[in-house]
Amino acid sequence: MIRKVRQHINQNEPLLFENSSPGKRGYQLPPLDVPAVDAASVLGAGNARADIEGFPEVSEVEAIRHFTRLSTQNYAIDLGLYPLGSCTMKYNPRVNEQVARIDGLAWAHPYQPESLSQGVMEVMGTLERMLAEITGMDHVTLQPAAGAHGEFTGILLIRALLESRGNPRKKLLIPDSAHGTNPATATMAGYAVDNIKSNARGMVDVEQLARLVDEDVAALMITNPNTLGVFEENITKIAAILHSKGARVYMDGANLNALVGIARPGDFGVDVMHLNLHKTFSTPHGGGGPGSGPVAVKEPLAPFLPKPRLRKSGERWTWNYDPPHSIGRVRAFYGNIGMHIRALAYCMAHGGDGLRNATMDAVLNANYIRKMIEPYYDLPHTAPTMHECVFSDERQAKRGVRTGDIAKRLIDYGFHPYTVSFPLIVHGAMMIEPTETESKAELDLFIDALISIAKEVEETPELVLKAPHHTRTSRVDEVTAARKPIVRWKPPSTASKAAD
Amino acid sequence: MLSAIGAASLEDLFADLPKEVRLNRPLDIASGKSEYEIVDYFRARGDENANGYASFLGAGVYNHYRPVLVDTVVSRGEFLTSYTPYQAEISQGTLTTIFEFQTMICQLTGMEVANASMYDGSTAVPEAAMMAMRLTGKDRVVVARTVHPEYRDVLLAYAQHQGMPVTEFGYDRDRGTLDLDDLEKKIDGQTAAVIIQSPNFFGIVEDSRRAAEIAHRHGALLIFVVAEAVSLGLLEPPRDADIIAGELQSFAIPPSYGGPFAGIIATKEKFMRQLPGRIVGETKDSRGNRAFCLTLATREQHIRREKATSNICTNQALIALMATVFMTVYGKEGLRELAEQNLAKAHYLAGKVPLRFSGPFFNEFVASTNGRTPDQVNQTLLGKKIIGGLALERFYPELDHGVLLCATEMSRREKMDTVAEAFAK
Repeated sequence: MIRKVRQHINQNEPLLFENSSPGKRGYQLPPLDVPAVDAASVLGAGNARADIEGFPEVSEVEAIRHFTRLSTQNYAIDLGLYPLGSCTMKYNPRVNEQVARIDGLAWAHPYQPESLSQGVMEVMGTLERMLAEITGMDHVTLQPAAGAHGEFTGILLIRALLESRGNPRKKLLIPDSAHGTNPATATMAGYAVDNIKSNARGMVDVEQLARLVDEDVAALMITNPNTLGVFEENITKIAAILHSKGARVYMDGANLNALVGIARPGDFGVDVMHLNLHKTFSTPHGGGGPGSGPVAVKEPLAPFLPKPRLRKSGERWTWNYDPPHSIGRVRAFYGNIGMHIRALAYCMAHGGDGLRNATMDAVLNANYIRKMIEPYYDLPHTAPTMHECVFSDERQAKRGVRTGDIAKRLIDYGFHPYTVSFPLIVHGAMMIEPTETESKAELDLFIDALISIAKEVEETPELVLKAPHHTRTSRVDEVTAARKPIVRWKPPSTASKAAD
Repeated sequence: MLSAIGAASLEDLFADLPKEVRLNRPLDIASGKSEYEIVDYFRARGDENANGYASFLGAGVYNHYRPVLVDTVVSRGEFLTSYTPYQAEISQGTLTTIFEFQTMICQLTGMEVANASMYDGSTAVPEAAMMAMRLTGKDRVVVARTVHPEYRDVLLAYAQHQGMPVTEFGYDRDRGTLDLDDLEKKIDGQTAAVIIQSPNFFGIVEDSRRAAEIAHRHGALLIFVVAEAVSLGLLEPPRDADIIAGELQSFAIPPSYGGPFAGIIATKEKFMRQLPGRIVGETKDSRGNRAFCLTLATREQHIRREKATSNICTNQALIALMATVFMTVYGKEGLRELAEQNLAKAHYLAGKVPLRFSGPFFNEFVASTNGRTPDQVNQTLLGKKIIGGLALERFYPELDHGVLLCATEMSRREKMDTVAEAFAK
């Protein structure tokens, strides 16, 4: 029996353009209090546009119904467990949304005088200090807009440091379990990539690493805990190997939710890392952003941090626009401040103890799921689990059912799927990260669902292969979408209208 | 739960961590605060900022009214608390709105395809330049000095290690428009892209047709940057451009001291496979109903890794949704009327102050402070709870008496008169 859901209706919704009628409007502007001007005469006749062809024309109530109906076609954390591994989909506290909208913060202009920006600068300065404390690093920049942007910034910092010592070096070492953003970042920072194979326990092989590190290696990009949810037990040795050859350790902080208050990257040899405020620090993912990817560094990298740098002289916050050795700007202005406000609110609500408790609960939840699911699914790596666990579809694949099918069937049980087919080192990966904000009751429903699906695979594999069955949209043809891309709406042609 | 997993305490869960990595003290962060205390703290911080001031700052971040519907929609948990829509069957809400966003960006810019958003305008520019490098097989970039100075800084930070030399070309000191003779001197056969912005950083409308002609004659692409998107309500889109890179902050995105915003990249259909970032496409589900999904993923980092078109992963979906709702609320008539109000307000104010340049402008322009310094004028205004314009010397040493002033539909006539008085003194 499916305990969490049953089918219910929701409405079909055409596209805005299909709903438009000429002359409809959903806005009202105040009357102009200055003389109108003729656009063509002040801009030049060739520069003034006639109209915006195809732009929507709907009333206010039509607009809100449109977006509300569409919203009901989404799954969300607010509807239930969202166990995407490596994504840390925890509850997004609503007080954070409210404080980010406070007028003096939301309407602050980046070029308003510093004397009238002390409040927002204090927020940023306080968050920088807290993130430094959490990571055990010396300095933090809040400028990068997302995790991958933070990676790019971090690698530029390492490059600048090495360059200042005479040789930027040629390549980065990246474990085969890493996120795809790591190698993509390396390329953008002008480095070649050497992939290193994980050992049988899913960790970096220290002996292999020692052989690979030479004077051409600028840094190792390591995720810790790694994408199997396993803490790299040799991390201090790994860091020592890199450092002994003058190379640096970059840590992808995507999985920091496993470490807050427990262990600090700055204490185990990491030189530079990024954090994802939209993961560990609860800022909402919003269907794909905005994120925020602060970068934390050890002292030797500080001179190279992006400009401008925030600093406090006496009681007053100021911006230093010209630090002489800075890598420059990676983004206009100062970063995604709205996300900084939310992240600070999250840290304040938890306090030091609460942050540590959150980590412990996240690890507890992941271990609980692992234990309860283990009899039914293959667990290829048995090293201790931290905040997420990775199963494989090996047993189910014998019945022709793959990780992607099990994921789709989970939808019928009322859950968002886990992360499918990642990390790449696990064939048929099912990567599960529950986060700390889920109750035992919700976890049990999820566990029941996975157990039930395992039985279905044995008894009625067809049921799983054709899932989802209960969604308003059934399995989507992604192949055709890529083969014949239609990436915008166009008005129906006269020909097809005639055929109607 | 502990007994189910065979652990005696929560501490046991961390027993396998090497001793030397453990933090053996509490974090030095004050204990947890109640909701009330948190709201109170941030209110106090807001009050330390410029609360209740009228502002005439623009320069890439604009004060436009935010229709109530925008926050109503983006506050729905189904949009706010969902992930990137990889699982199409339960993400049609997000996917459909992104498809509508891509469509509206095309309608607005006159381009054929657009992606699902970039971080912001400043990072969209180097991403567009990298696209041009891949498309032309050339490496040089020539960028106008009238492009937002911070966008140019970001371009340099991205270009420095990708074998992408960046050269700037100047502007006409009387009109404030592109110096096309200088462009002719700087461009060569190795140029992948010419980058211009319009309205440019001085608020002036550029002649993209001539810039496109020069770029194309040398086998380069024209990248056209839009920092004030409301201008597209009134300005003819640059149909000769090859790539449009822009910023949507003007579309109901709060200034928030500089972010989060949303960037765009739009281009011709033939260049689609070199776009960075997410793209949503239309398809069908197994029952034959229209459905949407993320598509052309083979360009992206999670598939292509070091050979991807960009490392971008998380973008700005919820902010793009703000812009989508804004475009829907204003619609065809409204965006035009809004742009007309901006034009009228800016021309009203400009009529009362000495102008530095003679080129046509939209809602921003450079005023000269003549005998006094920009700082003196701005200090006078601050005393009347008005934040004046941006002193340009910081970015353009040669414009040491120039102030970039912006007027929008939110600028009231009496405040503009006060600004004008401060310049007249």
